[in-house]
Amino acid sequence: MLKFDRFGIFCEQAAVYIDPWKPVDKAIITHAHSDHARWGSRHYLAHHDSIPVLRLRLGADISVQGLSYNEPIMMNGVKISLHPAGHIIGSAQVRLEYEGRVWVVSGDYKLQNDQVCVPFEIVKCDHFVTESTFGLPIYNFPVPKIVHDDINNWWKTNAEQGKNSVIIGYALGKAQRILKHLDPSIGGIYTHGAVANINLRMPENIDLPETKPAFDFIRKETSGALIIAPPSAIGTPWLKRFEPFSLGICSGWMQLRGARRRRGGDRGFVLSDHCDWSQLNIAVRETGAENIYVTHGYKSIYAKWLRDEYKLNAVEVDTLYEGENIEENKPEENEQAEQLL
Amino acid sequence: MTLNELVIFHMKAFADLYTAIDETTKTNAKVAALMNYFSIVNEKDAIWCVALLIGKKPKRTIKTAELKSWCIELAGISEWLFEESYNVVGDLAETITLILPPSSQRKDFTLHQTMETLMNLDKAEDLQKRMFVQNTWEQLSTSERFVFNKLITGSFRVGVSQQLVIKALAKQYHLEENVVSHRLTGKWNPATITLKELLFADNANDDHSKPYPFYLAYQLEQLPEELGDINEWQIERKYDGIRGQIIIRDKQLFVWSRGEELITEKFPEFNVLVSLLPEGTVIDGEILPMKNGKPLPFHVMQTRIGRKNLTKKILADAPLMMMCYDLLELNGIDQRNEKMENRRKQLEKLLKDAALNNSQLPLVISPVLECKDWEETKKERSRSREYLCEGLMLKRKDSIYEVGRRKGNWWKWKVDALTVDGVLIYAQKGHGRRANLYTDYTFAIWDGEELVPFTKAYSGLTDKEILQVDNWIKKNTIDKFGPVRSVKAEQVFEIAFEGIQPSPRHKSGIALRFPRIARWRTDKSPNEANTKEDLLQLIESLKVR
Repeated sequence: MLKFDRFGIFCEQAAVYIDPWKPVDKAIITHAHSDHARWGSRHYLAHHDSIPVLRLRLGADISVQGLSYNEPIMMNGVKISLHPAGHIIGSAQVRLEYEGRVWVVSGDYKLQNDQVCVPFEIVKCDHFVTESTFGLPIYNFPVPKIVHDDINNWWKTNAEQGKNSVIIGYALGKAQRILKHLDPSIGGIYTHGAVANINLRMPENIDLPETKPAFDFIRKETSGALIIAPPSAIGTPWLKRFEPFSLGICSGWMQLRGARRRRGGDRGFVLSDHCDWSQLNIAVRETGAENIYVTHGYKSIYAKWLRDEYKLNAVEVDTLYEGENIEENKPEENEQAEQLL
Repeated sequence: MTLNELVIFHMKAFADLYTAIDETTKTNAKVAALMNYFSIVNEKDAIWCVALLIGKKPKRTIKTAELKSWCIELAGISEWLFEESYNVVGDLAETITLILPPSSQRKDFTLHQTMETLMNLDKAEDLQKRMFVQNTWEQLSTSERFVFNKLITGSFRVGVSQQLVIKALAKQYHLEENVVSHRLTGKWNPATITLKELLFADNANDDHSKPYPFYLAYQLEQLPEELGDINEWQIERKYDGIRGQIIIRDKQLFVWSRGEELITEKFPEFNVLVSLLPEGTVIDGEILPMKNGKPLPFHVMQTRIGRKNLTKKILADAPLMMMCYDLLELNGIDQRNEKMENRRKQLEKLLKDAALNNSQLPLVISPVLECKDWEETKKERSRSREYLCEGLMLKRKDSIYEVGRRKGNWWKWKVDALTVDGVLIYAQKGHGRRANLYTDYTFAIWDGEELVPFTKAYSGLTDKEILQVDNWIKKNTIDKFGPVRSVKAEQVFEIAFEGIQPSPRHKSGIALRFPRIARWRTDKSPNEANTKEDLLQLIESLKVR
């Protein structure tokens, strides 16, 4: 029912693309990160909670229809519905059913409950499209509670030493997740413009601690503050105003010593909105799918593992999705960061 | 046993020290972490820590393949998946740490007992080794497992220099740095000595074999004119061999390398010195292959340096001598605080006397270049390659012999590197800081219509360029063989190197010494890269006159 072509993942029967990387007529968007939500298509379909960010990033005038989770619609005989992917606010798996066959395109997802977005839900299917960003047995993420405690302790220790704490995570998704679990009794919380911009577009019910914009930060009067900024802020003069500060980086890649040292932060926190090794394996098996399409990440290795270990019909698929990338920034965050500096 | 020892987890303290050193680039923070460690652990752990950090590693008793298979067994994965993971992580100890299932219990292991058990496994049965390693894994936390694996593999590289360890010890135990430095040099065994015994020995000369810490120079960055009056400087050539110390004490010969390895057995030609030099002599110099008073290329020595068995033929083909630079001890008295001019006079006299008794003396004095002004020095420097030298050494005539790498009184002034333009053809992922990025490159030159690989290079690009090249490689891969990718022959790089030799072992027929990337030549197309012919001509032109 689905094909991978040069525009993206295509359902011919419904004449719709999922996360196309070139402009098409109809596009279903799994989530609003820029490698999945691209500019230029005529009509978009996405979860309600993605729409404010899509309008911010793709243009206020885009034609976009919102859906709730588990709210099926029919497109030329294909029953299409969105289901929680647990990746970021509004992220969805796309379920497509036609003539008794079920496909699920999971986009980016995680099984951890981050308490910001609706947790991942297993959707039974015959064909499952999965990412493989952390598809190696070396990636085993710690329990989120431990990481959030580590972040608060690090912040507290820095504050006691008269230092500010700058913490780095994507503006959309990671920033809200970090924010949600901060302990505001430690000090003031400030946000980079790119983060503030996204926070404004979050549904009200996620209940984030109060933040101040970074341009309200007055060096002489403030110490022991925490500043949330996107990766593009690293190494820019913008950071200077927060000196003295300790730099913390939140990413699944922080599991590797090489990445921690290369990125040059003072602390790395292993916090990811993607699946680690065991989460991927659980998800793939619980869908009950016999046919697995492995996209962005360690795709050839992970597909081989699924064939060898679980005897699944797993193949690797080339896409232009990037997964979690701390080496380069997501382009839209760069642009916004520049505009807001 | 003190109260501290009751409450701390020793392996955790060591892992925390490792992490603290690893996560900062600030010297003061590293010194503070070391001092903290010395203050909380017992003496025996402290001495092992010092030994490991300054690169004294005991003989390895467990093979990589064994470690790997025990980890694979516990994790329940296939070997190919382990190998793929290792390619991404780039460090065996870390790969194993990350793949092992979480441990169920916690037990305290001291560093010294762990090291001693490991050493004793030398002749143990495989099963006993496996039990020890797997049991230990199951009782350690993740960060402890990592250092434990590092102890086994012996690749104990962490961002701390010997100088830094010396600094921390000196501060912690209220000693002079150069005293600590001297006491750490030479032969000592962490299993049989405590830190206090090592640092506070009554007589530092107890151990007759002990070398002095080497005085090392930095590369001259300013103009030589800024050094002032040339008459205050002694100019010598900088030879390309093995920097070493020859020690005659207690009627015995000891030869030490700059890496503080005792390498006496490798140089039987120096045995004769026991009868030719007076008791209590220490000479600093460069061990070189030489024939008829002229240095031979470095690679002549390489052919014999790794060998255990030195046959007559090898000794005849690669005869070694020491080019003597300095005199550190005379008649058992430390000369390092004498002015260099005086040390030099003593050295000249010493060698002259020794030569009277033996015409085959394997010692030569490093000639002093008579330069009227700095212009003349520059001319001499530009002729370095003709003498198979790396450049010049500039030493202040009144300088004392200092400890470690210092600026001010001694400078090395190397010639600019040679360069060649090569085409990138293969890439492999790097290790450590560069893990998971394609940073190990193979370059090719033209041999007629064909590109033949001629060198590998790992360093020289900026972090930003590494990312760009990595990205390019991923998009322009033609084929994969295991961890190696072959890429489109499009990118040209300028490779800098220090020497070049014909080499039948390489497909290109040449071998470079110290190759590294000088520049990414995005302005050049592959057909503008150098040819094999160019390099063979270069070898001809560099031949010693």
